[in-house]
Amino acid sequence: MSTMVIKNGHVFDPLNGIDGEVMDVFIKDGKVTADLSGSDLARAEVIDARGKTVMPGGVDSHAHVAGPKVNAGRLMRPEDHIGSVRPKTEVAHSGSGYTVPSVYKQGYDYSAMGYTTVFEAAMPPLEARHTHEEMRSTPMLDMGAYLVLGNNWFLMRYLHQGEIEKAAAYVAWMMKTHKAYGIKCVNPAGVENWGWGKNVHSLDEPNIHFEVTAREVIHGLAEVNERLGMPISLHLHANNLGHPGNAEITKDSLAVPADVGPSQKMGVDWAETKKDPHRAQSVYLAHAQFNAFGGTTWRDFESGAAKLAGYVNKSDHVVIDNGAVPFGPATCMTGDGPSIHDLYVLAGIGGQKWSNTDVELECGSGVIPFNYLKGSPISAVQWAIGLEMLLLVDDPWKTIMTTDHPNGGVFTQYPQVIAWLLSKRARDETAAECHKWGYDRSSLGGIEREMTLSEIAILTRANAARTIGMAYRKGHLGAGADGDVAVYEIDPENFNPDDSDKVIRAFSRADLTIKDGMVVARQGEVVAVPEARRYYVEPKVDEGLAKDMLADVREWFKYYTIGFANYPVPEKRLRNPVPIVVNGPEGGW
Amino acid sequence: MVLKRKVKLTPKGEIGIMVEAESISPDSFAGKSEAELGEIAVMQGPREAKLAEFFEVEAWDEETTVEGDVAVEILIDGDVSRVKRIGQRMTKGRIEIGGSAGMHLGSEMAGGEIRVRGNAGSWAGMNMRGGLLEVGGDVGDHAGSAYRGSWRGMSGGKIIVHGNGRSQLGGGMAGGEILVEGRVENFCGIRQNGGLILVGKDAVRGVGAEMIGGTIAVLGTIQNFTPGFVAAGTERDPAIGDLKIEGEFSKFLGDYAVSKNPKGVLYVKEAVI
Repeated sequence: MSTMVIKNGHVFDPLNGIDGEVMDVFIKDGKVTADLSGSDLARAEVIDARGKTVMPGGVDSHAHVAGPKVNAGRLMRPEDHIGSVRPKTEVAHSGSGYTVPSVYKQGYDYSAMGYTTVFEAAMPPLEARHTHEEMRSTPMLDMGAYLVLGNNWFLMRYLHQGEIEKAAAYVAWMMKTHKAYGIKCVNPAGVENWGWGKNVHSLDEPNIHFEVTAREVIHGLAEVNERLGMPISLHLHANNLGHPGNAEITKDSLAVPADVGPSQKMGVDWAETKKDPHRAQSVYLAHAQFNAFGGTTWRDFESGAAKLAGYVNKSDHVVIDNGAVPFGPATCMTGDGPSIHDLYVLAGIGGQKWSNTDVELECGSGVIPFNYLKGSPISAVQWAIGLEMLLLVDDPWKTIMTTDHPNGGVFTQYPQVIAWLLSKRARDETAAECHKWGYDRSSLGGIEREMTLSEIAILTRANAARTIGMAYRKGHLGAGADGDVAVYEIDPENFNPDDSDKVIRAFSRADLTIKDGMVVARQGEVVAVPEARRYYVEPKVDEGLAKDMLADVREWFKYYTIGFANYPVPEKRLRNPVPIVVNGPEGGW
Repeated sequence: MVLKRKVKLTPKGEIGIMVEAESISPDSFAGKSEAELGEIAVMQGPREAKLAEFFEVEAWDEETTVEGDVAVEILIDGDVSRVKRIGQRMTKGRIEIGGSAGMHLGSEMAGGEIRVRGNAGSWAGMNMRGGLLEVGGDVGDHAGSAYRGSWRGMSGGKIIVHGNGRSQLGGGMAGGEILVEGRVENFCGIRQNGGLILVGKDAVRGVGAEMIGGTIAVLGTIQNFTPGFVAAGTERDPAIGDLKIEGEFSKFLGDYAVSKNPKGVLYVKEAVI
């Protein structure tokens, strides 16, 4: 691999306390380095970033980009593909799809925006093989996937019985077995009830058969997560998603693991950062927008963001991603099967296509196309909530910008979300085009805050990487970090954040996207297809405990439709797998 | 006196792999010389080719007394049933085809007119917004329908079929008119929510399934009537938009299978229920 110098750019590297200073970034053998020797400098590829913005490569900690529900969305929506086609080029495949692009197009589109790392936020264990197959075919991006465990039979049984150690052993085994990266908890205890046409609507109602409560599942999984020292904290999709008034239960859900301290025990070498690169949270709330609804019905529906953000502000164990709604077509897809059914009923048009599935002993899923219209009162409030959740939380290190792609919107709309965060005028202009509920039923209109480019860098790379345990190599430009860099056509010395068209143009098509020290996209055009890694964790647990746990697993395995031997995903299914040992015997991290 | 551009395309011979030629339209032909027209790109499978590879191209100007409309007129002298997307997205002018046309003829067209002496393949007039598409023979499946998976199909314009239609004619139709002199097969007007479909003869089954608006009139028999429709009496010589149809018709409203208050109206001469 070659050497590279990105010269004279305005560097935004929040994990290293660098806020727009003009400096050079050096990369050697794919890694950022403090300096280059004279001979290295002489043969280095020099990139002139004068008058431009330089950030670490973008990190998306929450998107739905691989696996059977994503593919169900593709199959269900031919109309999503007809108007969104990219032709093949010398280096890149053809592809199609707007809200649910094909794997190739998805990789190229992210790369065009300067992103280099994307994590799939909900991999059902039984569907891990499919998920990995799709990730294997996704170009340009380093990836990993969170395993859906909030309604898992084995875990519900252990957690209800208080067998936390066996629960931890099971999670450890599942991570290795399915080559998964983190724990995702979707509508805890509720999705299991959905198998019986029911749901749960509070933290303390026991579900059918397992008699476990959402509270027990959330607390138990958070405890397991920290016992194992996982890179990412529990990623929580709280109960009652999409229901008016759910901000209350969301706040209460976040309080459940408040007594669990973060503990990241990763056997990795940490690149240099000024700021502590370890995550500070023990719960990471997914798509806060969908869980920050106020009111009691759709008639008195309003934003509940102020309430939820107030809780986040005074709680240091919480990080959120917002799940913004930038308007337009979306495809809602989630492991929360009942919420998709609710949306289907709410949409009120008979014959609307949708899908739902039950994943045996593990979880569920649903998919439905949805169009967020500016003229719709509900959509307008959701737009406001998505932005409030980022603007009302004072500490940017507690927030991450997403659209919960493709639920609230499409990842290619991130630049539009950035434009709203940077400029109150941009928000006012959109509010004027929206149904009046947008401003009337939220606090967004009264928020003066306008984010800085440094804060955008926190929300789109630095904190995303730190929150998921990737800051040992991603989300910053300290020595030893991956040579992933985005150069944007924005001159911070001559920058008008109110010029939304320019902001959107700049962030939509990065001037340069560099991955592992190689230019992979120029002005949004893919010029090279790099090798990409697939991360997963290998937690270490006591062998005797693991043996006892496996006996339990075998006892119930008869309820699966597949054989035990066919359950695991072999490592050879992954391209460039990077296992991360956690909770290993050797200390020192 | 104004000059009208006329272009004649004569097929050179049999076409193997189908050609995709959305560039055959008055809009893209406008202002081009004969030589430039021959250079226009079309696709044959994954290969880019030139129009002149498949057609003799002749272009000339004619004096016309017609005021205003000087859009290009295209005459295709022969069979182009292996050429797809002729007239796609056209907004003006005229295309006349002596033989039959391939799939997607006039799909998404917004204006102008297309007349085909022979048949048209599937998806003719898909998502049409305006203009006139007239077919002397039969049309394939999905004439005047929405693209697969989408909610809204044809929203304006007129399709006239002198022969028969096939399945899913006018699917998702939101506006405009489709007149079929002959019969249709399955699911005519499925998911229709506006506009008018007139079928001169019989329909097989599924007429108006999931429709919530618009009007369908079947002047013959529906073999298998769609469940979800409610009888609303009979009408003699009902007026349907600007059209008047003659005789005694049973009237139905639906489709109650998908809506509590559907606005779809279905007239039929004779239904086998």
